[in-house]
Order: sequence, then structure tokens, then C-alpha cells
Amino acid sequence: MSLVMPEPDAATLARREEIVAALRAIVPGEGVIADAESLRPYESDGLTAYRQPPMVVVLPQTTAQVSAILAWCHANEVKVVPRGSGTSLSGGALPLADGVLLGLSRFNRVLEIDYADRVAVVQPGVTNLAVTRAVEDAGFYYAPDPSSQIACSIGGNVAENSGGVHCLKYGLTTNNVLGCEIVLMDGEVLRIGGRQLDPAGLDLLGVVVGSEGLLGVVTEVTVRILPKPETARALLIGFSSVDGAGQCVADTIAAGIIPAGMEMMDKPAIHAAEAFVKVGYPLDVEALLIVEFDGPSAECDHLIGAVENIARRNGAVSVRASRDEEERIAFWAGRKAAFPAVSRLAPDYYCMDGTIPRRRLPEVLQRMSALAAHHELGVANVFHAGDGNLHPLILYDANLPGQIERAEEFGNDILRLCVEVGGVLTGEHGVGVEKRDLMPVMFTETDLKQQLLLKCAFDPKSLLNPGKVFPQLHRCAELGRMHVHHGQVPHPELPRF
Amino acid sequence: MITSETDIVDAIADAQRAGEKLAICGAGSKAAVGREVAARTLSLAGLAGVVDYDPPELVLTVRPGTPLAEIAALVAAERQMLAFEPFDHAAMLGCAGAATIGGVVAAGAAGSRRVSAGGARDHMLGFRAVTGRGEAFVAGAKVVKNVTGYDLPKLAAGSWGRLFALTELTLKVMPRPETSGTWLVAGLDTARAVAAMAAAMGSQSDVACAAHRPAVGASPALTALRLEGFEPSVKARGAALEHLLAPFGGAFRADEATGHTYWADLHTLAPLGHERELWRINVAPSRGAAVTAALEACGADWLMDWAGGLIWAAVHRHGAEVRAAAAAAQGHATLLRADAATRAAVPAFHPTAPALARLEERVRRAFDPDGLFETGRF
Repeated sequence: MSLVMPEPDAATLARREEIVAALRAIVPGEGVIADAESLRPYESDGLTAYRQPPMVVVLPQTTAQVSAILAWCHANEVKVVPRGSGTSLSGGALPLADGVLLGLSRFNRVLEIDYADRVAVVQPGVTNLAVTRAVEDAGFYYAPDPSSQIACSIGGNVAENSGGVHCLKYGLTTNNVLGCEIVLMDGEVLRIGGRQLDPAGLDLLGVVVGSEGLLGVVTEVTVRILPKPETARALLIGFSSVDGAGQCVADTIAAGIIPAGMEMMDKPAIHAAEAFVKVGYPLDVEALLIVEFDGPSAECDHLIGAVENIARRNGAVSVRASRDEEERIAFWAGRKAAFPAVSRLAPDYYCMDGTIPRRRLPEVLQRMSALAAHHELGVANVFHAGDGNLHPLILYDANLPGQIERAEEFGNDILRLCVEVGGVLTGEHGVGVEKRDLMPVMFTETDLKQQLLLKCAFDPKSLLNPGKVFPQLHRCAELGRMHVHHGQVPHPELPRF
Repeated sequence: MITSETDIVDAIADAQRAGEKLAICGAGSKAAVGREVAARTLSLAGLAGVVDYDPPELVLTVRPGTPLAEIAALVAAERQMLAFEPFDHAAMLGCAGAATIGGVVAAGAAGSRRVSAGGARDHMLGFRAVTGRGEAFVAGAKVVKNVTGYDLPKLAAGSWGRLFALTELTLKVMPRPETSGTWLVAGLDTARAVAAMAAAMGSQSDVACAAHRPAVGASPALTALRLEGFEPSVKARGAALEHLLAPFGGAFRADEATGHTYWADLHTLAPLGHERELWRINVAPSRGAAVTAALEACGADWLMDWAGGLIWAAVHRHGAEVRAAAAAAQGHATLLRADAATRAAVPAFHPTAPALARLEERVRRAFDPDGLFETGRF
């Protein structure tokens, strides 16, 4: 694909042996990986279109080691890319040829569970689902549930501010984290937040969460845990038009109802899912909604009735309410299998992640069809309907010449469309390298400069995860003096990539 | 009077030329917090009005000087609310001026529902602002789900006007509960009350708010739990809560007026009087009882909210002891109200660890390189 990363620094590459030796002095044994064969598993994350083996991988086990690694790299001007489980869909953990890949997989312990304060203190390499596993016997769970939750790490969730299908009601990672221990690029170890709700000063935790590994390396996380709801029930509703489904969502929220989850699928996605898992999805509809409620049964029953009425008023052609847990899971089975199901329609698919104001949905889907025709590619849509987060799945065949480039261009067009209608480039997958070059579609040079200046406050040498999120490299000292006039790009001599 | 973004840019340029500091404020409902300072005032109270409100999208965009009361009425008419329960601090601080939305967010102000629904930070989706360089910029967005770029809206909440001057805020709104009920438990000592609140918060009763006030004279200690939602749900959860709290002496549903007064007292802090210094202490809920014990040793009166995690305390002098009690509980104490001499001597904010303070300083300089907004108030 057309991604351009910062030019590897020849002097750093020439010092590779010295760098490896320095890392081995900090992390003994198998914690430093330097042979080409063993580096290969680290060459990409969940966005596999981009691959680059790192110069070296280091897998520390203690905060002191992380601090020593970063301090050494800082003093020696060596770039560092942090990595959790490597499930990012935006290339946030894509290695650099002249960079150290700092893996947190050995930080895999749950340190403390405190039911009185309803928090768990975990190391960043603990998987999202493992947090729930650790507290479920006591009737608790960790609310954010990204679809990769079996594999993705809490540290990665913090970096990406991960969401999931339940985040309209329960929030993203940022709403479920109270504190962290973070190591800055110069090796300084800080505690931010704690177990109390408000910070003593600036809400630095708020910017660390979602910073895509550019501000610091998180080595411990305090998350909130919630009592598991008594029960859950779901509705499966078919509509003969996307407008009807969209209006049903709007009317539900206008009626004061915030469901635990509200998912929409368009016709191609419904057909692909039904063909794959055969759970009885209606095939004669244009849009399918899954609306889930959780809480006391009295509440779930009440809301199922209320939303059934709203659905019928909006022309629903089929309405089914789950009668038991088995049926509820069956309703979800097709949605949860949407990605593998779609992968049977074409050899490859590319998952996008924009958010739009919900009221623009019919128009956006229409224009997306036109774009699909223009790029001569198929597209299926799954959609977190409650919060307007679209996941178009672009179908292509990487073996056919030009298709991968067209898929990428189609994806970019979709994201430009999202911004044009008042939405954003990414609702939950992050910018990473994938949407990096589209940032100017959403932000002016001044907006981006202000974000870069925040980066400089944490990492003045720009050594931590460079080449991600921002379309242009700047030296911090120059940024401070830069003034943007009428959108003109200052410092045209600086590298753009 | 400031009525536009251009006015702010001009005011910043003027202050820079004159070598003066700028104190950003709203209508002054929290003016009593922090040291008295000599600085030009940059009031955003005139930059008011609703820019966009689309109830089914759950998004509200307003200018910072819009009165909080006006916004509350606007969203209430659509059966919605600001879920973090912001309230006007003027009464408790003895200030004139009605709270503005910009001031509420800049102070990170939140009410009792903070414990379940999140704070101002959790409902700030995006903003437009002018930096200390006099440059206007935007961050975040006008949709409820967004991870594009750094989450600067979080940083804006609780920044107390030290980073930039907000010119537009986009907030997440939520449906207003159809009904709510307050359940009371009488006569618990503080440690038992904290345990009861922890049990309730950890239960499936989906408790919205949990607060405790100690016995005063003949009035017994009262622990309160608020349930909100649809009537059948509140009823079912209330029954479960009564069962759960039986070992604590039993919970009963308060009549509406009693419930209303209980929660309103946590906004006005009327039970604490207005004579003494007022402190706001943030700790992990389970450490709340240790803090109140230390406060009582100094003769303080107090109220507890957020299941034990927030303590309002009125005490004369003893500032060092208050901060020590908060620090011993790994929390922090903010001095909200005191006479000018005390405010001159005791910083409003709890001192942070030196390394963290240095990082905060660098972050502030990222937005305000010359310290134009550093008036010395904090």
C-alpha cells in the first residue's frame, strides 16, 4: 500500500549490535529478541497490510526495566514502539526498521482486586477478558468489550481507548479507568490518578488514554469493575428500509431508553452472516437491528415491550424477542460472525471505522453504495447504531492487480464522507498509520500543532512511536514558534509522509 | 465585553503587549476559590448561547457563558439531562453570579451522580478554544464516539482556565430518568455506612448515588441511596436493595420531599454552615471513614458523597491536618472557601508529586507558553 514511514536512520541501524547489547544488559535471557526469524511475528499488528520487522524486540518484566530501557533509548536517540497484544486495527504497533519494539506481554498479572472500591489493579499485558475472568466469580465484570477481547491487552485498550458493542451505556476505556503508572520516554516513572474519581490537578489520565502509545508506556492500570447485570434480553428487528431502522434507533433514544447494545446490519451483511451461521435472520429486509437490554428482568421486560412498539411504529417487518439466553446468543451469533462471514464473500476485506451523526445514516449508506460502484468493489455494513459508529467492510482481492489500492482509496473516501457529514475518522480503532494521512481532513494545521505540542510535553525528542497519528514530523522547538496563517503549511522543508 | 472569538484573540494580544496576566472566568460563581490576584479579567459570560442541540443524537453544543440553569431547562424540556449532575456552587461558596457551563466544565464540577454516571470529563466530547498564543483551535468532535487524536476535551474539564479560553463546548446529554427514589438507612456509624454503600454499589440494584451524613444532635445519621430509571425497574431494584441492606438495620423509601432535601443539601452544603473553611476531599471510597475520623479530631463537620469517595468538610484552621488526612488516604484535598488571608497562605489545590507537577507545568506551557493565564490564583 501507499504508506510512507519516516526514513530509517542509517546511524542507528549501524549501531544495532550496541543497542541489542545495551538492552540485554537491562533485560537478561530471552527478553531480547534479535534474530530475523524470531522478529517476524512482530512485523505487523491487526492491520496486516503493513509489515516491517523491528530492529530488535525487548520484553521487559518490571517497571524498573521499562524505565531503564526508555532512559537508555532516550539518551541514545533510539526510537521506541510500544506493543500490547498486537491486535490494533490501525497499525498503532507497526514496528520501525530503526526502532526498538517494546512488548508488554510479560506484564501479565492481575495485581489486586478490591471489591469494596470496585477496582482491579492489573498489569498492561493482561487481556481484556482476563479482567472479567478474574472477578466474575464475585459477580463483577469489566465493561468495555472490544471484539478482540479474548486477545487484546488492557495496556492496548488504554492506548487506543477501546470501545465495544456496549459502550453507549457503559462508556469507552477512558470512562472505566481510574489510574495508571506510566513511564515517560526519559525513563521517569509517574503515577497518574488513583482509586479516587477526580485527579488532584490536570486530568492527564484523560489524555494518556487514547494516546496510541505516543505519550508514555503504561505499566500498571487501575480499572473500574461493575456488578454483572441480573439478566439480558435482546430484540431482533427487521426493516424494509434503512430509514425505518435509523428512525427506530432515534425514537428509542428519544423515548429515554439507552439500550446496552444496539447493532445494525445492512442487507449484504445480513445475507453473509445468515449464510455463515444460519440463525434465522430475515433475508427479505434491508436492515436488521439487534437491541439488547441488561439489568433486572422487570426492566428488561418493560423495555423490550416499549421498543417493540417503537419498532412497529417505524414499519418493522419482523420483530423477535429473545425468550431465553440461548436465543439471545443466537441473535448475536450472526453479528459476531459478521467479519468471518463477510470474508467468505471475497478473498480479503478491509474494516473501516468512522462515526457519523446518526441522522445522516440513510444518506451516508446511499453515497457509500455510489462509492462502491465507482471503485468497483463490494461493501457490507455493520454499525454500532446507538453511537453512530460505522464499520463498513470493503471486499476486495489482494491478488488482483490494483484492488488493494482501490480498497484503500474507497476506505479513504468513506472516511472523508464521515467527516463531511459532521462525523469523525475513527470511533474506536484509532488513527495509527491507517488514518494518519487523513488527519488534515478533520483538523487544521493549528489543531494538529496543538496536539503535537501536547506530545512534546511528554516526549520532547519525539522518540516514542513516531510516524503514527500525525501526518507530519516536527521538531518540538520549531512547533513552539510556528504560527499558521490561513492554513498555509509552515516549514515545507520538513518531511511529510 | 467579550462576545466573540475575535474579541478573545484581541484581549490576549492586548494583555501580551501590556505584559499583564489574564484571569479567565465565567459569571464568577466560583470566584472565591484560590488566592485573590491582580490580573485583567477575561470574562466569557458574554459569549453565550446554544449553537446546536439535537436530542436524539445526545449532543449539545453551547458557548461557554451560557448559564447552567438555561441549559438545564433546555434539556429538561426534551426529557434529557447533563448526567454528571452539575450544580451551581455559588450558594456553598457565598459567591454572586450564576454558574455558566464553561465554568462548570473548567472546574470539573459534578454532583452526586458522578459515582455512577461519570464527571464533566466523561461528558465533554469536543471544544473550540483560544490558546495563550492567541490561536483558535478545535479538539474532539460533535459525535458521542470518537478517538481521533488526543482526547483534549478531558484535559479541558477541571483545567480552571489555565490552559485556554473555551469558546464552544460540545457535551454529551442523556435521557432524564422517568422516575427516581431515595432509600434511607438510619443510625449507621461511618464505617458501617461506607460498608453499606459499598454493598449497594456492588449490587445489581444499579445505584445512581450513595451518600452519608453523620448524626447531629437529635438527628440520626442517614445513609442515602438513589435509584433512577423506569418505574418497574426502580421498584424491583428498591425491593432488592431493601433485602440487601437488612443486615444494616434496614432501608426504607423516603418520601419525595425528604429525598429532594437530602440531595439538595449536598449542593448547598447548608448543614455545614458558612462560617468556617470549606474543604473538598477526594479518596477511594473505602478510605472515607478514616478521613472523617481524622477530620472529627480537628472539630470538623462533614458530609459524605460518592459512596465515601467525596467528603465535604467545614473546619476552622487545621488545614495541615486536613491535607495530611487526605494524603494518608492516598487522596487529595481542595480548599474551596476561606478568608483572603488563609487563601493567600494555603494553596487551593493539593500539592502533587514533584515529577507529576513538572509534567503538568509542561502540559500547561504547551497551550499557554508564556504563562499568560497563570495568575497565581492556584
